Amino acid sequence: MSKKPLHIKTPVRYLINALLFAALLFGGRVLIAGGGVSPFYVGIVTLAGINIILAVSLNMATGYLGQLPLGHAGFMAVGAYASAIFMTRSGLDPAVAMPFGLLIGGLVAAIFGVLIGIPALRLKGDYIAIITLGFGEIIRIVLLNIDEVLGFPFTYGAASLKGIPETSTFFNTFLLVGVTCFAIHTLMKSRHGRAILSIRENEIAADSCGVNLTYYKVMGFTVSAFFAGIAGSLYAGYLGILNPSNFSFMKSIEILVFVVLGGMGSMIGSVLSATVLTILPELLRQFAEWRMIVYALLLILVMVFKPSGLMGRFDFSMGRMLENIINVLTGRKTLKGKGGKTNG
Amino acid sequence: MDKLVPVPSRGVVPERDVDKRPILETNNLGIDFGGLIAVDDFTILVGRTEIAGLIGPNGAGKTTVFNLLTNVYQPTRGIIMLDGISTQGLKTYQINKRGIARTFQNIRLFKELSVADNVKIGLQNTMSYSLAEAVLRLPGYWKQEKRAHARALELLSIFNMDHMADWKAGSLPYGAQRRLEIVRALASEPKLLLLDEPAAGMNPSETADLMENIRKIRDRFQIAVLLIEHDMNLVMGICEGIAVLNYGRIIAKGSPDEIKSNPVVIEAYLGKREEENHA
Ligand SMILES: Nc1ncnc2c1ncn2[C@@H]1O[C@H](COP(=O)(O)OP(=O)(O)OP(=O)(O)O)[C@@H](O)[C@H]1O
Ligand SMILES: [Mg+2]
Repeated sequence: MSKKPLHIKTPVRYLINALLFAALLFGGRVLIAGGGVSPFYVGIVTLAGINIILAVSLNMATGYLGQLPLGHAGFMAVGAYASAIFMTRSGLDPAVAMPFGLLIGGLVAAIFGVLIGIPALRLKGDYIAIITLGFGEIIRIVLLNIDEVLGFPFTYGAASLKGIPETSTFFNTFLLVGVTCFAIHTLMKSRHGRAILSIRENEIAADSCGVNLTYYKVMGFTVSAFFAGIAGSLYAGYLGILNPSNFSFMKSIEILVFVVLGGMGSMIGSVLSATVLTILPELLRQFAEWRMIVYALLLILVMVFKPSGLMGRFDFSMGRMLENIINVLTGRKTLKGKGGKTNG
Repeated sequence: MDKLVPVPSRGVVPERDVDKRPILETNNLGIDFGGLIAVDDFTILVGRTEIAGLIGPNGAGKTTVFNLLTNVYQPTRGIIMLDGISTQGLKTYQINKRGIARTFQNIRLFKELSVADNVKIGLQNTMSYSLAEAVLRLPGYWKQEKRAHARALELLSIFNMDHMADWKAGSLPYGAQRRLEIVRALASEPKLLLLDEPAAGMNPSETADLMENIRKIRDRFQIAVLLIEHDMNLVMGICEGIAVLNYGRIIAKGSPDEIKSNPVVIEAYLGKREEENHA
C-alpha cells in the first residue's frame, strides 16, 4: 500500500486519447466500407455526430460561459447556407471544396456571433436569451424571403436549396467531432478558458481580477457560433437539400435539451445525450409524434431528480480513468477515492 | 515602525515613504446614490509601502470607497490618482492591470473551480499566450502554464495552503476562503492591495496569524495595503495610518495612537464599541 499512485504523464495521455480516437474512426470506416452496417444506420450515426458538435458548442456558451442563448439553430443555419451556396457555386470538385465550405460556414457563423454578441453581452441580465431567440427567428425568415437577390437565385426560400454535394460521411463528420472536442477542451484548459469560467462563477470577482468581461463573453459566444456553423455545413452536406424550416426555434430547443440533459458544463454529458437523443428517436420512428413529449418529460424528470443534468459538471478523462483502474488493480489505491477533486 | 509624517490636509505617511510618490491620492472624492450622500469629501493619501486602515461604524461608506477606487462605481465628484495617474474612465479590469487588487466583504471566490485555478485567474494579467497557442498546445502555452502553476503554489504557500491546490474553492473552510481571496488578489501583482474586512469571522488566533501575514506580505512584495476592519486589535496592531469614516465623511486621520485618543472618534465609534464590550 505504500507504493506511490501511478501518474500518467500528459504526453502519454494525449497519445492514448489519439490512438483510441483513431481506432474508433478507422474501425468505423472499415466496418462501413465492408458493408457491415446498413446505410440507414450510417446515416443516423452521422447525424448523431453533427448533433454532438452542436451540443458541445452550445455547452460552451451555456455550461462554461453561463449564458442562455436560444438561437443556436440560427448560427447553424447561417453556416449551412453559407457553405451550401459555396459548394453549389464554386465549380470545384466537392472533395476539394469541402474543407473550404466547412471553414466558410464556420467563419460566417462566427461573424454573426460577434455581431450579435457585442451588443447583447455588454448588457447585464438575460438579454442574450431574448436577443438570440429573435436572431434565430429573423435568420429563418430572411432565408425564406431572400430566395432571389438582384435577380439571381440565392437561397431558393421555401422551394429549398437543392443539389448540395453530399460530402458528409461518417469518417469526416467524426473527424470534426474529434477536432471540435479537442479544440474546446484545450481552449477551456488554458488562461482563456479559465477567464470564461470565472465569468460564470462570479462576474464581479472576475472583473476585479483583471478579466475583460466583454472580450471573453464575446470570445466564448463566438467560438460557440463558429462550431455551430461547422455543424451546419456538415448538415448541408448530409441532407443535400436545405430548407429554412430545418432551422426553426424547435431545433434550438432540441440542442439546448441535449446540453441541459447531459449536464451544463460537462462535455462528455453533451456528447452522450446528443448521441442517445439522436439515435433513440430514429430507432423509434413509429413514435415520432411523441418525440417532443418525451423530450419534455425527460427534461422535467432530470430537473426534478438531478437538476445539474445527468453528468453534472463531470469532466471525463481517459487518462485519469486508466490511472484509477491501474492503481486499483495494482493495489496502489483502494476503491474509495479521495473526494473533493474538481473538474470544470 | 517608522515615524509618521503629516502631509498637509491629506493625512500621514510613514517616514520611509515620504520622498516616494504616494501609491494612492484621492481628492474630494464623493458619490451620491439618489438623495443619499454615501461618501463625501474623501481625501486621503496612502504611502508606497504603507499599511493603512479605513474604519468606521456599519454603513459608514467604507466598502463604497473600495468600489470607487476600483471604478465599480463612477464617482459623482473628486479625483483618484493611482501612482500619480488619474484612473478616471478606466474599467474595473483595467484598474487591476494598473495595480489595484481587492478582496470582498462577502467572499467572492470562483467556488466551483479549484484553489489553484482561482489563483491562476488572478495571474491572468501576467500571462500572454494567444488563443491559437492555447488550442494548438504550442510551446508558449506549456511554458507559461508551468510557470503559472509554480507561481500559484508559491503564493498559496504564504498561507500554507499549497497542499489544497486541487481542492474545490467552495469546499474550503471559511477562514481559508478569506485567505484564498488574498492570495488571488496578490497574484495579479498589485501595487495597492485593498482588503475588505479580512478578519471577519476569524477566531483570535487566526486573526493574529493574519496580522502577521499581512505585514509579511507588505515586506516581501513592497506594496501598500489599505484595509477595512472592525477588529480594533488588528487595526491598531498593524496599521500605520488610519482614516475614520462616519456617515460618509472622514472625521479623523492619523496614527493609531492619535486615533485612539481622539475624542471625536471615541464618541462616534470607539466609545460605543467600548460600552458594548463592557456590557
Ligand atoms: N449601490 C448602492 N445603491 C444605493 N445605496 C448604496 C449602494 N451601495 C451602498 N449604498 C449605501 O451606502 C451606504 C454605505 O454603505 P457601505 O456598504 O459602503 O458601508 P460600510 O461602511 O462598508 O458598512 P459595513 O461595515 O456594514 O460593511 C449605506 O447606507 C448603503 O446602504
Ligand atoms: Mg462594508
